[in-house]
Amino acid sequence: MTRLEALSDAELVRRCRTDDPAAWNELVERYSRYVYAIAVRGFRLGDEDAEDVFQDVFTRAFLRLETLRDDSAFRPWIAQLTRRRCLDFVAGSGRELLMEDPTTDEESSDLDEVEDAFAVREALAGLSEACQEILDRFFAQDQSYRTISGELDIPTGTIASRIARCLSRLRDELEGRNEATDRSSE
Amino acid sequence: MTPSYDEERLGELLRLLRPAPAAWVRAAQELPFARRTFDEIVARAEADRIFRNALIADLEKALAREGYEPDPRFFGELRTRLTER
Repeated sequence: MTRLEALSDAELVRRCRTDDPAAWNELVERYSRYVYAIAVRGFRLGDEDAEDVFQDVFTRAFLRLETLRDDSAFRPWIAQLTRRRCLDFVAGSGRELLMEDPTTDEESSDLDEVEDAFAVREALAGLSEACQEILDRFFAQDQSYRTISGELDIPTGTIASRIARCLSRLRDELEGRNEATDRSSE
Repeated sequence: MTPSYDEERLGELLRLLRPAPAAWVRAAQELPFARRTFDEIVARAEADRIFRNALIADLEKALAREGYEPDPRFFGELRTRLTER
């Protein structure tokens, strides 16, 4: 984990306000998948439309960072920006909505899924780099055992067991986080 | 209520956050390097009413006439700022 990866959102936002391009770089890295998933999964936008939304959201976030009242609230803020831009974009495009009604249960359930996925992604960051790498390559990047084996220089025959082991660690990490959250809310 | 995660569910959720195309991410990361022009235009529009009115009338034409070449992604935000003030 790099020094910047270890920083909280609030610290990155503070650094961005002091014109630190590396901090902005990390914020984009941290939230690019999230914004992309809201657009393509939550709102079912095609890639061309999703790209417009993606660039527009990060541009607005970048230019309006000083209006964010609570630096630690970057995530809900960018989520809201993304949802609004998706709705504006779809409504303004004059094209037929792919979703019948953007407030249907189906859509809200897809957005809930994105939130759950983000929690899993945060927990993933608590695992070893080796586990992060193999789980990301296999699940998020759809890489085959052969590709993973070649790129990470590990025997093909051990990949399935490594994935299973890393998933088990990921579950433990998530359960640990959830127990800590439950305790703090009691 | 604590959600429970089996391996299949974890796999589904990991699949959901796929990497955005690398070119999109790079373009977003380059925003700080294009900001100076944006700030310059906003500052000038605040100080110069004629320039501001020209921008409101036809943003892209007015910018080109004055020799500005801002990142096109800033157009939307420029329009918003011009109408806000």
